[in-house]
Amino acid sequence: MAYIKKVYTRFCLVIPFLFSSLTFTEDSDYNMKVGVTDVSQSIFDLHMLIFWICVGIGIIVFSIMFWSLWKYRKSKGAVAADFDDNFWLEIGWTVAATLVLVWMAVPSTQVMVEAYDDAEGEINILITGHQWKWHYEYLEDEVGFFSNLSTSQEQIDGEVPKGEFYLREVDEPLVIPTNTRVRFLITGNDVIHSWWVPDFAVKQDAIPGFINTAWTNVPEPGIFRGACTELCGIKHAFMPVVVRAVEREEFDAFIAEKVALAEEERMLTSKIWTKEELMARGESFYATNCAACHQASGQGIPPVFPSLVGSEITMFDSKRHIEILMEGVQGSAMAAFGESYSEVDIASVITYTRQAWSNGENGDGVIVTPQDIVAYKNRIDL
Amino acid sequence: MSTVVESHDHGHHGPAKGLSRWLFTTNHKDIGTLYLWFSFIMLFIGGAMAMVIRAELFQPGLQIVQPEFFNQMTTNHGLIMVFGVIMPAFVGLANWMLPMQIGAPDMALPRLNNLSFWLLPMAFGILISTLFMPEGGPNFGWTFYAPLSTTYAPSTVNFFIFSVHIMGVSSILGSINIITTIFNMRAPGMTLMKMPLFVWSWLITAYLLIAVMPVLAGVVTMMLMDINFGTSFFNAAGGGDPVLFQHVFWFFGHPEVYIMILPAFGIVSHIIETFSRKPIFGYSSMVYAMASIAILSFVVWAHHMFTVGMPLAGELFFMYSTMLIAIPTGVKVFNWVATMFRGSITFETPMLFSIAFVALFTIGGFSGLMLAIVPADFQYHDTYFVVAHFHYVLVPGALFGIIAGAYYWLPKWTGNMYDETLGKLHFWLTFISVNVTFFPMHFVGLAGMPRRYPDYALQFADFNALISVGAFMFGLTQLLFLFIVIKTIRSGKQAKPEVWEGAGDLGLEWTLTSPPPYHSFTVQPQVK
Repeated sequence: MAYIKKVYTRFCLVIPFLFSSLTFTEDSDYNMKVGVTDVSQSIFDLHMLIFWICVGIGIIVFSIMFWSLWKYRKSKGAVAADFDDNFWLEIGWTVAATLVLVWMAVPSTQVMVEAYDDAEGEINILITGHQWKWHYEYLEDEVGFFSNLSTSQEQIDGEVPKGEFYLREVDEPLVIPTNTRVRFLITGNDVIHSWWVPDFAVKQDAIPGFINTAWTNVPEPGIFRGACTELCGIKHAFMPVVVRAVEREEFDAFIAEKVALAEEERMLTSKIWTKEELMARGESFYATNCAACHQASGQGIPPVFPSLVGSEITMFDSKRHIEILMEGVQGSAMAAFGESYSEVDIASVITYTRQAWSNGENGDGVIVTPQDIVAYKNRIDL
Repeated sequence: MSTVVESHDHGHHGPAKGLSRWLFTTNHKDIGTLYLWFSFIMLFIGGAMAMVIRAELFQPGLQIVQPEFFNQMTTNHGLIMVFGVIMPAFVGLANWMLPMQIGAPDMALPRLNNLSFWLLPMAFGILISTLFMPEGGPNFGWTFYAPLSTTYAPSTVNFFIFSVHIMGVSSILGSINIITTIFNMRAPGMTLMKMPLFVWSWLITAYLLIAVMPVLAGVVTMMLMDINFGTSFFNAAGGGDPVLFQHVFWFFGHPEVYIMILPAFGIVSHIIETFSRKPIFGYSSMVYAMASIAILSFVVWAHHMFTVGMPLAGELFFMYSTMLIAIPTGVKVFNWVATMFRGSITFETPMLFSIAFVALFTIGGFSGLMLAIVPADFQYHDTYFVVAHFHYVLVPGALFGIIAGAYYWLPKWTGNMYDETLGKLHFWLTFISVNVTFFPMHFVGLAGMPRRYPDYALQFADFNALISVGAFMFGLTQLLFLFIVIKTIRSGKQAKPEVWEGAGDLGLEWTLTSPPPYHSFTVQPQVK
């Protein structure tokens, strides 16, 4: 009896040690992230609890099984008994299994209630999944921006060495303040995406036509990297999530800058643009937003993604060209860009695709200006 | 009357000659053989796709295939393994074994049986042909979530839908046949609670198929309407709901998961009792456990959808109902262990695969239990942890059950013993490679690698290289299995009628000669 007690005490001492050896490994390569929020830490503890219960059951069941296989092997002369049932044993292990499940269900329910809380946040951010980028909009300040993968195609194709944050870096991360309840309203623009930041234990599907909510409250500044976790097409692996948590003052400065930029952007619409200015802006817009499907060469991947080179529309039909950019193409992967981008962006990318790849020389070479887009919008509004 | 029967020429009862034997056959063994070879061929096709996937994931970056083809590979690998390998293999085993286990001459509806098989090569011919079309095959995952599979799908999705419809018809017809056979053709004295467990497992599975295949047909028909006829079942802009797709799909999909494991439970139960030389422990609780698993499978579907934004009450309901499934499943594992306890155990190849089944399926069960815990699932969902989980229950689970069954019954089917040394070699290579392949997936999943990614961050590189090496080894090892099967068909030590020591008392199939007569039982045996 004393021996059993000694073994049991040792066993109890070993478990917390195993716990901690995992807990203190920052960014473990083989276990769940502990994360930085209260919720993510409760989820991690719950995960480890369930894991150790499973390990315990496994040790018991497998020991009995392998011991039986060893002890009752025929080569050692084992003779089979012929019992084939035991009512109370059956009842016993059914009840035992049920009790273990109740033991698991209680903490699970508590953590679930803690994680699932859809009250308003101090800051509310609308997150929209697009093929294949995220759009973030600060609802209180009415400013927003797209967040694109910033890893270069050369790194992906192995032409240059891969950087430290290969496929986990974006051009513009989402910025949130620390020690503030931030609520995310998550939706999709085209197909279903899923927004996941392991450090916050927030994973929520972005479903077109519906808005899901999630929330977090990050105690310390830092950069947190996540991913899209619902298959959303070709570039599913290439639309990471990056969140930068900053002190409140820095956050306010960030928002003020964004508001000023948006104002500047609105001014640009009324400016008179030259063809060269539009081309330059259009080229970079095209590289970020269009090349995934239509390719940098403009040739697309027919028949799914049509070629823009020498097409009727890009050469001779600027009216239809504007319409496609603004409204998208029903029943295809071509999204409506009108709502999400400025008049300047739309006009410049149309101008760019009408001029590039010899479309300008072979077609009518019409230049579309931001004013044309404004006119299109006004006509629709009427 | 008897004189009329006497005047018949009995010569035509043997198999026809040449190709027509296979095309027009109504014999349960021939059709079983067709099913098994079909699923074996599909195993290599689906396996080749897995090799493409693992080759691309061997290191970070895009080297071998582009994402669009990678997505077609993951999608078709899943579809083929589920509908083209595991399900037909179980139907093949059912065709071979059910009449022999219940003391019948053949299946109840032999012509229907022929139709259910020949629909399958049509269905998969259509599905695989899409890979060679200009727009490529289905690329939206084997779960084909709308609207990626509707508005945003390549137009070949229509072939995919047609192919799923045909597979569904085949499964439903097959199930009708199995239920009819079991209820009407049992030998006198074989009451329901005396049926072999493999027969029980298939009776329950057949009911699950009849219940859920029409649901799958419904959901793909709704897709067809959305794509071609302007309806909006799954399109929010038209008043529909993309999440509706997932609810309907998983209402089919979760029972489908048990369709792929219940027959393996039956096979493994027979093998463990044979090689423990001791009757199965707790026969009736084994039957009740399978029935409970089947019934519970209808109320747990939304545990695949914990992140779609269900209300708290919904999340908790599906968490509790899913946890409940651990009880009957646990009881089955305990019963298998209790069968081995105080037995007289030998370790022939079918037994090795069955022991590995019990151990590794249980590990898959543990990760399943972890996945049921909703808050933790927010971290696991759609990562490689899920991939590890379902491969543990489908490869060392369902597939090991099938392989074990093949070794167990091959001597009965062919009259020849398989080569035991090669069989053991096959087992150990398979056992090692399956764990090298799928165990590290738990780690990369927990560390944060999402599934269905053609390219990944550098931190996952080491484990992915290891996984790929395991996968190549696993794939190559199955060629050895093919070799062993062909070798056994062509030659081998003559098998006795009971094949395994003491098996004569365990089931009617062991009272027949090896190989058995073309019409298994022409006179019904009496069961005591």
